[in-house]
Amino acid sequence: AAMAWRLPPLAVLLLLVAAAVAPLSSAVRPVSDAHRSVAAELFAASPDDLETTYEAVRTFKMLGVQRDKGLDGKACKLAAHTLSSSSSPAKDLFQAVQIAGVLGCSVDAGVYDDVASRLKAVIKDTDSLLEFYYSVGGLLSLKEQGHSVVLSDADSTFHAIKALSQSDGRWRYDTNSAESSTFAAGIALEALAGVVSLSDAEVDPSMIGVVKNDIVKLFGTIKSYDDGTFYFDEKYVDGSEYKGPITTSASVVRGVTSFANVVSGKLNIPGEKILGLAKFFLGIGLPGSAKDCFNQIESLSLLENNRIFVPLILSLPSKVLSLTSKDQLKVEVTTVFGSAAPPLRVNLVQVLGSDSKIITTDSKELQFDLDNNVHYLDITPLKIDVGKYSLVFEITLQDSEHETVYTTGGRNTESVVVTGLIKVDKAEIGISENDAGSAESVEKLDLLKDTKVSLSANHLQKLRLSFQLSTPLGRTFKPHQVFLKLKHESKVEHLFVVPGSARQFKIVLDFLGLVEKFYYLSGTYDLELSVGDASMVCRHIHNSTVLFGLALLIILCLLQENSFLRALGQLELDLPEAPEKAPRPPAQAVDPLAKFRPQKEIEHIFRVPEKRPLQEVSLAFTGLTLLPFIGFLIGLMRLGVNLKNFPSLPGPAAFASLFHAGIAAVLLLYVLFWVKLDLFTTLKYLSFLGVFLVFVGHRTLSHLSNTTAKQKTA
Amino acid sequence: AGGGGPRSDPHRAGFTHCLSSKRSEGARFVRMPKADGDAKLLIQSLNKAYAATPTNLKIIDLYVFFAMVTALVQVGYMGVVGSFPFNSFLSGVLSCIGTAVLAVCLRIQVNKDNKEFKDLPPERAFADFVLCNLVLHLVIMNFLG
Repeated sequence: AAMAWRLPPLAVLLLLVAAAVAPLSSAVRPVSDAHRSVAAELFAASPDDLETTYEAVRTFKMLGVQRDKGLDGKACKLAAHTLSSSSSPAKDLFQAVQIAGVLGCSVDAGVYDDVASRLKAVIKDTDSLLEFYYSVGGLLSLKEQGHSVVLSDADSTFHAIKALSQSDGRWRYDTNSAESSTFAAGIALEALAGVVSLSDAEVDPSMIGVVKNDIVKLFGTIKSYDDGTFYFDEKYVDGSEYKGPITTSASVVRGVTSFANVVSGKLNIPGEKILGLAKFFLGIGLPGSAKDCFNQIESLSLLENNRIFVPLILSLPSKVLSLTSKDQLKVEVTTVFGSAAPPLRVNLVQVLGSDSKIITTDSKELQFDLDNNVHYLDITPLKIDVGKYSLVFEITLQDSEHETVYTTGGRNTESVVVTGLIKVDKAEIGISENDAGSAESVEKLDLLKDTKVSLSANHLQKLRLSFQLSTPLGRTFKPHQVFLKLKHESKVEHLFVVPGSARQFKIVLDFLGLVEKFYYLSGTYDLELSVGDASMVCRHIHNSTVLFGLALLIILCLLQENSFLRALGQLELDLPEAPEKAPRPPAQAVDPLAKFRPQKEIEHIFRVPEKRPLQEVSLAFTGLTLLPFIGFLIGLMRLGVNLKNFPSLPGPAAFASLFHAGIAAVLLLYVLFWVKLDLFTTLKYLSFLGVFLVFVGHRTLSHLSNTTAKQKTA
Repeated sequence: AGGGGPRSDPHRAGFTHCLSSKRSEGARFVRMPKADGDAKLLIQSLNKAYAATPTNLKIIDLYVFFAMVTALVQVGYMGVVGSFPFNSFLSGVLSCIGTAVLAVCLRIQVNKDNKEFKDLPPERAFADFVLCNLVLHLVIMNFLG
């Protein structure tokens, strides 16, 4: 464990704290001002396209955030323009109507009538699920704004949408597409709910019953994590169409909650799944993209008052409890948007330590503070020591009628860190001779004060350091990290783990064996002791971003409750001279951050291209190569080559010329092959030409051989 | 048809003369025949013999000669400019050598004095020659690059 310690001590501290707090700060908390500020950031840029404007307007409405008047005016203008344009598709009309409704834009009634009739025409003609969805949604939005819109023949529209459903509860996008999608199911359910709201007559109740069954089947495909979070995702992750679990789950939540709002009777969905969906959306934390933010906020606002089950979320405002300041355990039970829950009781039923060791099992009821809407409990009587624990809570609603309205999830588990003052006592440091067992000069250290020791030793002596750590409840404490660091004046560092036994932590550095490790460097060494653990955490960190609390941390984390890095003093070490072959200490970086700065540019060495001959030389030799061919032709003429044996009869003559033409064609094919064709095309053509050539050649040559045979016999 | 009979052979004549002269009493020195004169006589006799070959064999011989000269030109070019790209050089030279070899095979098969291929019609040999050449040049074109 003795490695060169590159990071400065403060970074060590921050890392330890971040590591301790990070897993805790991703816990579920209801929608708060942090979400509002993140939404303001994500939608800050004034969008030009309709979809982003629509998402921004809806999100701010649901969060209750006032927007800039100028941006609202721009959105209204965009919506009005879309509504009056005659070429806008149903999707744009739907989004524009929604924007106009939320912002209260002033649009002519005539424009709205025209839009309504266009959307009704789309419903009549289309068979695509998305078109149904946008047109029904647009009409529903118009109706909510006060215009009278009635969908005649709602039954057939209902049937048309229902016809696209599949047996597993999913939906297809239209009659042509083969694959079904969970996202489409959410859209379809929302469209069906819209049809039911818009129809003048009651929709066939048996169809509604069938759709309720489809919803139950759809919820059969839900996926879950171990902590009770449920979400929807597509069955196949298809590259271009894949929307991700957030969008898919949001679509299903929209569909199911809007359908539950319009039908009588309850939907057969277990409360834990609704709670799981709420936990999923809250578990996103602060979303990273505008679309995720819109989907999260819309789903949560629909879950806030839905007719299936209203989820109640249990969360801890602070996950770090300090024994020193006698912190109380505080628990909040609220709706997803942070509104008050109905009267209920919270019991702490179990406390589990690390490795799921059970600490206590008797159930304690938490008291309720009405003014702050928080349940609290004193943890001192529980006799819990410093460390990380899982607390198991049980929520029971006081009014039994609320059991059909709200869902609490029964038992909830949350993890906390209990910190306390770690007492460091009996700290001793000293130099002893190699042979003798007892220490020659031992100094008592008070690690709470800032005293520094000054020691000197040579390579024949040993350094001893020992101390004890104990928790507020008096038990010995074994932290995760106890390091002793020796830093030479030339910045060479050595790290040693201080081993701990049941009673104490003790380290003995025998310099005789460490001479080579220290690179034979004599001189002044700074001694530093660092003790750290995941549960030695600054209690002022809340679940808000770690970075925000870090500034506070730097100031406040000097108490012994937290991990510490203590400078112990200096040691003058006298080591023998380095022999010839001794290893040199590694070069210390002047600036340890230099490796993160721009590096030297890498020059790529490419293969030197081969030297090519001059073009004139090549052309000259091409000519020289053709010379022998000319010589061959001249020689042929001199030999008296003639075409007398060429068959005179037309039939054989044709075959003979075809034979020569065939050979010429093959040679031409070869030239083309060299110039541009590939092997397979060439082989294909060659096979045709080859068969032809064989046939023609056979005819010609057999004719020739017959002629010569006749001449011989004749 | 070979050269003249043993009687017209000057070397043989000199030898018998020597032998016959050995029987005689007086040792008379044999006059050595001139070397270039013999070479000229040899070439002349070869030319005469060659003139008697059928024309079609002469065509094939000319073709072989033309192919070899082309190969030599290519080798000379490689010697001048170096062997890059080597595959092109190989394909060019082997095309010439290959077609020369096939022509030699054709000559062997077509030659009427060759008892081994008496039953093989020359047209068949020619067809083989054409086919093998086409295959060879397909491979050559692929390798030419």
